[in-house]
Amino acid sequence: MTTIPTPASRAPAAAFIFKKALISALVALVLFSLMIGIRTEAGPSGQLIYWTRFGDLAAMVGIVFGGSIVVELLRQWWGPVGTVRIVPPQMQSALAVAGRLVAPLLLIFAFLVPVIFYDQRYILDLGILVLTYVMLGWGLNVVVGLAGLLDLGYVAFYAVGAYSYALLATNFGWSFWVCLPLAGILAAFWGVLLGFPVLRLRGDYLAIVTLAFGEIIRLVIINWQSLTGGPNGVSGIPRPTLFGIPLTPGPNGLAAKLGIEFSPTHRIVFLFYLILALALLTNWVTIRLRRLPIGRAWEALREDEVACRALGINITTTKLTAFATGAMFGGFAGAFFATRQGFISPESFTFQESALVLAIVVLGGMGSQLGVALAALTMIGGFELFRGLEQYRMLVFGLAMVLLMIWRPRGLIGHRAPTVFLRHAQTISSDLVKEGHG
Amino acid sequence: MSDDILKVDHLTMRFGGIVAVNDLSFGAERRQITALIGPNGAGKTTVFNCVTGFYKPTSGAIRLAHDNGAQFRLETLKDFRISKLAKVARTFQNIRLFPGMTALENLMVAQHNALMLASGLTFLGLIGAPSWRTAEKRAIDLAKFWLDRIGLLDRADDAAGNLPYGDQRRLEIARAMCTEPALLCLDEPAAGLNARESAALSDLLLSIRADQGTSILLIEHDMSVVMEISDRIVVMDYGVKIAEGKPKDVRDDPKVIAAYLGVEDEEVAAVEQELGL
Repeated sequence: MTTIPTPASRAPAAAFIFKKALISALVALVLFSLMIGIRTEAGPSGQLIYWTRFGDLAAMVGIVFGGSIVVELLRQWWGPVGTVRIVPPQMQSALAVAGRLVAPLLLIFAFLVPVIFYDQRYILDLGILVLTYVMLGWGLNVVVGLAGLLDLGYVAFYAVGAYSYALLATNFGWSFWVCLPLAGILAAFWGVLLGFPVLRLRGDYLAIVTLAFGEIIRLVIINWQSLTGGPNGVSGIPRPTLFGIPLTPGPNGLAAKLGIEFSPTHRIVFLFYLILALALLTNWVTIRLRRLPIGRAWEALREDEVACRALGINITTTKLTAFATGAMFGGFAGAFFATRQGFISPESFTFQESALVLAIVVLGGMGSQLGVALAALTMIGGFELFRGLEQYRMLVFGLAMVLLMIWRPRGLIGHRAPTVFLRHAQTISSDLVKEGHG
Repeated sequence: MSDDILKVDHLTMRFGGIVAVNDLSFGAERRQITALIGPNGAGKTTVFNCVTGFYKPTSGAIRLAHDNGAQFRLETLKDFRISKLAKVARTFQNIRLFPGMTALENLMVAQHNALMLASGLTFLGLIGAPSWRTAEKRAIDLAKFWLDRIGLLDRADDAAGNLPYGDQRRLEIARAMCTEPALLCLDEPAAGLNARESAALSDLLLSIRADQGTSILLIEHDMSVVMEISDRIVVMDYGVKIAEGKPKDVRDDPKVIAAYLGVEDEEVAAVEQELGL
């Protein structure tokens, strides 16, 4: 682990820490002398008045000095970055068992949430929100995690799905169960449309164009007032029905048919199980696809595009199917979002949503289904957890993200599981797995 | 008239003002090993990239004829179609495996086109149709066969990027063979191998020619490998063919020696004497 410092090596180490802290304090002094040291304000008659706050400045510089000593000491205690810590074998096997149990336990917990928290509307709503992002994360994972195509405009497909359902349902009165596949197909269609122009682009360029695509869809929605209602959005979107039986208090409602007392919670629980089913469908399809030639071709594309071409893989159709599949799941999630909210407007489909979903995929560990689920729980749940901190919420959350990325730079689940094996499936270290470049 | 699987006719490839390959014509005989040699920068890899569709030649024709008589004009086909339809497989000078996938997965990706059809363009595979399951089993058997052939069966589940260098070279050849090619193009397969590994490579290539009946086109700098296994050698320098023939003829060709040793023709005699040829 750490080497025990001999007295000879301790003295220079102390000098080094002191020097570093002094430099940090000096930088802080220069930086804060104007920002904190002098305070200016407009006086009552418009003139400039200022006063000095050297006490605050001294305190700040002192904090930086002390803080940098603490950080250095922590660093020396921890050892160099990337130090491999040997975990005892019993512990390793215990961890492996725990790791295998995480996914089933999480699934069982998800099924039990409406039972445990039946009276807590807030928890149920939060659960629906988390599951929506889990589904979006799993959808984007196909494009980013498996095929290695950096997509910053995923929210566009979410919007297409939401507006497809909203407009079809409000204009033609079509049921949710008819519109759901249509929303997916329309989103997939737009995925292919986006795919065509960006096929030749890689890396940063691809990211910029997909980002632009997300904005184009949003701007079209805002400006095409006659169809989408523009900034006013679409309201009065029908709620989902249990295959035609509405969840309403009337005599035709589900509660009356089952002979139980009506409660508005029924609908929330129904929505919860609906999004759980949709998310699990996404997961199941993705796991199946990974084991099929198309899924392997996606991963091969992420690893080495030139080698794929040499093996006779049509990279055009392979990329397009990745875009279309990811977009389709985004479309499903969008249709669900529309029916849950009952009202949608372009405000819900800003770039921030794309960034959040991408952050979930990256944080989860690219390509890992369990990682994405855990990351969605962390991100959305963490957001809510820190709500009590008010204006410091984003600061604490950002700090947590930074620490997590130092600790696990390749995401929560940093290894890849093989899709086929002869004897035993060995997980592949993330050092070998490529992130994709296009 | 020899039976050529590949005929390159008056191939020229220009990059701006640079002529990498100039009016090159040669043939590769069916079920034979043809080696393409020459000093660095002679244009060998450019020829390979033209044959496998990674470059579009400036002019010239590249014809490929299968055993059943099917003809292909490779200069008109896109890269992935050359592998898919014309059945030309290749390896790369700097190994291009999928490092984050296992050895077995690498060989499964190579069977993409066959498996895509068997999986009913994914839909049959998604519902787990029996026809797909048998096709997948067959694909795994083919991969196992090749892993066994290159002696990597017990490392099938290891990430390709974790294998030693020599094993990666052989795995890349096995991956190319999993596409069941008519013509196998190898770009410096012995580069970076030690003498024992080179000898094993020679045996592997000879057995591929004998057992699978695959024609092989080979770029190689390791003369011990080239001279041992080639049936025919084409020598290039500055983008043109300077010699062609059987290994022993090429070895004694003064032009070849001049190209490799960088001397004028009249000095070749002196050099030959010096080397005791």
